[in-house]
Amino acid sequence: MLLNIAKRLAQALLVLLGVALAVFIMLRIIPGNAIITMMGEHADPVIIDRMTEELGLNEPITVQFLRYLKGAVTGDFGTSYSMHRSVSELMGAAFGNTVKLALAAAIFAWLLGIVSGIIAAVRKNGLLDRLFMGVSLLGVSMPVFMTAMLLQYVFAYLLHWVPISRVTDWRGYILPAIALGWNSAGSIARLTRSTLLEVLQADYIDTARAKGRGQLGVLTRHALRNAMLPVLTMMAVQLSSMLSGAVICETIFSINGIGRLAVQAISGRDIPLLQGTILFSTALVILGNFVADSLYAVLDPRIRRGSES
Amino acid sequence: MGDKNVLEIRHLRTSFFTQKGEIRAVDDVSLDVPEGKITGIVGESGCGKSMTARTVLRLLKYPGKLVGGEILFDGRDLTKLTEKEMAKIRGGEISMIFQEPMTSLNPVVRVGKQVEEALRLHRRLPAREARRQAVAMLDAVGIAEAEKRAHCYPHELSGGMRQRVMIAMAMICKPKLLIADEPTTALDVTVQAQILNLMKRLRDNGTSILLISHDLGVVAQVCDTVYVMYAGRIVEQAEVCELFDHAAHPYTRGLLGAVSSLGSGAATLETIPGVVPNLLHLPAGCAFSLRCGECRADCAGHLPELRECAPGHRVRCHRIGEVSA
Ligand SMILES: Nc1ncnc2c1ncn2[C@@H]1O[C@H](COP(=O)(O)OP(=O)(O)O)[C@@H](O)[C@H]1O
Ligand SMILES: [Mg+2]
Repeated sequence: MLLNIAKRLAQALLVLLGVALAVFIMLRIIPGNAIITMMGEHADPVIIDRMTEELGLNEPITVQFLRYLKGAVTGDFGTSYSMHRSVSELMGAAFGNTVKLALAAAIFAWLLGIVSGIIAAVRKNGLLDRLFMGVSLLGVSMPVFMTAMLLQYVFAYLLHWVPISRVTDWRGYILPAIALGWNSAGSIARLTRSTLLEVLQADYIDTARAKGRGQLGVLTRHALRNAMLPVLTMMAVQLSSMLSGAVICETIFSINGIGRLAVQAISGRDIPLLQGTILFSTALVILGNFVADSLYAVLDPRIRRGSES
Repeated sequence: MGDKNVLEIRHLRTSFFTQKGEIRAVDDVSLDVPEGKITGIVGESGCGKSMTARTVLRLLKYPGKLVGGEILFDGRDLTKLTEKEMAKIRGGEISMIFQEPMTSLNPVVRVGKQVEEALRLHRRLPAREARRQAVAMLDAVGIAEAEKRAHCYPHELSGGMRQRVMIAMAMICKPKLLIADEPTTALDVTVQAQILNLMKRLRDNGTSILLISHDLGVVAQVCDTVYVMYAGRIVEQAEVCELFDHAAHPYTRGLLGAVSSLGSGAATLETIPGVVPNLLHLPAGCAFSLRCGECRADCAGHLPELRECAPGHRVRCHRIGEVSA
C-alpha cells in the first residue's frame, strides 16, 4: 500500500510540474508588457530596460522557468508587480481568510448533507426523503453567485440579520459559508443517501440485525462505516476545491482570500501574483485528490491490507 | 412426545404484497423444533425456507409481511413482541447463520469484534472479557490461531473460515435455538462436511438447531426430524430414517430420486419434471399437481390435508389418503 501511495504522490508532483510549466508559458505569450503596466505608459525607457533586466525578463524562457521553479520550491514566488510585496506573503495572508471560509462552508455542508442524507435513506420515499432530496437537487443545481446574492438579499438587505459583505467578525462568514457550502451539502446528501441505501441491502446488515442490534446500532456500527467511505472521499475533494479559492463567493462577499487575490492579479496584469495563486490552487486540488484516493486506501481494510494477503 | 419443544410454529403465514398480487411465501406452516435435536427443512430453491426462518426472527424486509400464525418460543408468542423485545431475543436466545459467508460479515470490522458484539450487546460484558470469550469461541469452532485470526478482516479468511466465524458469532451467547439457513451451500464438499460435523457437535452439547437446506444429502447426514416444503407449504414430515425409507409424497420421492441419480452420475433435472411454479399463480389445490406424475383430475382443485400416514409421519397428498383408505 505504501508503494501505491508513493506512486500516486509522484504522479501528483508530475501533474503539478506540468501545470506550472503551462501557466508559465501561457502568461508569457499573452499580449501586454508587464513592466509598462507596472510603471505606466509614459515611463522612462531607460528605467523600463533596467526593470526588465532586474526582473530577469530578458533571459531565455527556460532559464526564467527554472529560476521560478527554484524559487517556488523554497516558497519564493517572486514579488507582486501591483502590490509591491512578496507573493508568498500576500498569499499567506489571503489563505488565512480562505481557510476560515472553507472550513465554515465545509462544516455547514457536511453536517447538513450527512444528516439529511441519513434521514432520507432511513425514511426512504417518505415525506422527509422527498423534501430533502428536492432541496438538495436545488442545492446541486444552483450556481454559487445565485445562492450568494439570494442570501444577501434576504438575510442582509431585507432582514438585517447579518452585515452585507463586510466581514468584521465570525458573523460575516455565515452567509458566505452557506453560499459556498450549499452545492456541496446537496451532493453530500445525495451521495450519503444512495450509498447508505445500497449498504442497507447488504447481507451483513441482516447479520447485525440477527445479532440483536436495533435500528440505531445497525446504522452507526455497521451501515455508516461502510457507507461513509465514498462520502469521505467526496469530502476531501470538496474541501480542497473550497480551499483553492472560492473566486465568486469571495468576490461577492468581499472576503480577502486566495480567490479574490487571483481576481485582483488578473485585473492588475500582475503576472507573479497570478502565477502564484494559480499554482497554489492547483497544488491544493491535486493534494485534495491525492488525499481522497489515499483516504479510501487507508480506511478500507480490503484495500489497506490487500497487498499483504 | 416426551421431549420439550424449543420452538413451535403454528399456522404461520408470510406474504409479499407486490403490485401483481399477494405472494404466499410461507403458507400455513406448522413445525416443532425439539430440544437438543436438529430439525431440517428441505425443499427446492424458492419454496419459502428462508422466509420461514426470517419470519421466526421477524427479520422480514419490505414488502414481506407476517400475516398470521403463532411462533411459540420459551412460552412466548414471538409474533406479539415489539421490535425492542425482539431485538433482545435475536442473537441472545435465537441466533441465525446465513447462506453467504462471503457477504454476511461486515467487511470493515475485524472478525473478533464481530464475534464479541452480541456478548457486549446482550450480556454487557466488559471489553476484555468479551474478547477472551470470543477468542475461545473461535477456537471452539475450529479456527486455528484464534487469537491471531480475531484480528483479521473477513476478506483475509477463506469461505469455510468465514462460515466458522459466523457460527462462532451465532453461538457466542449460547442461544437456545440456532437457525442455520443453508450454512454449507456456498462451501465446497470437504468444508461442508466439516461444518456439518461442527453442527452435530453443537447439538450434542445441547443446542437445538433448525437447519435449512435444499440438499437432501445434507439433511440425511445431520437431521433428526425433517420437514419437506413445497411452494410455501409443508408437504411431508417425518423422522429422518422414516422419511428416507418410506417417503410418501411424490415430491419427496422425486427429491430422493434426484439425490440417488446424482450419485449414479445420471442427469438430475429430469427426476422431477418442470420447475417450481410461480407462487403468484398456484392452483387452488395441491401445488405439486402441476408436476406430479401421479396427479388425478381433482388434485389441483382442492387442497389435501396434512395427514398422518404412520406414527409421526405426516403427508399432504390425496393419493396417500386413497391408498390407506
Ligand atoms: N423481495 C421479494 N419480493 C417478492 N417475493 C419474494 C421476495 N423474496 C422472496 N420472495 C418470494 O418468496 C419465495 C420464497 O423465498 P425463500 O424463502 O427465499 O426461498 P428459499 O426456499 O429458496 O429460501 C420465493 O419463491 C419468492 O416468490
Ligand atoms: Mg433460501
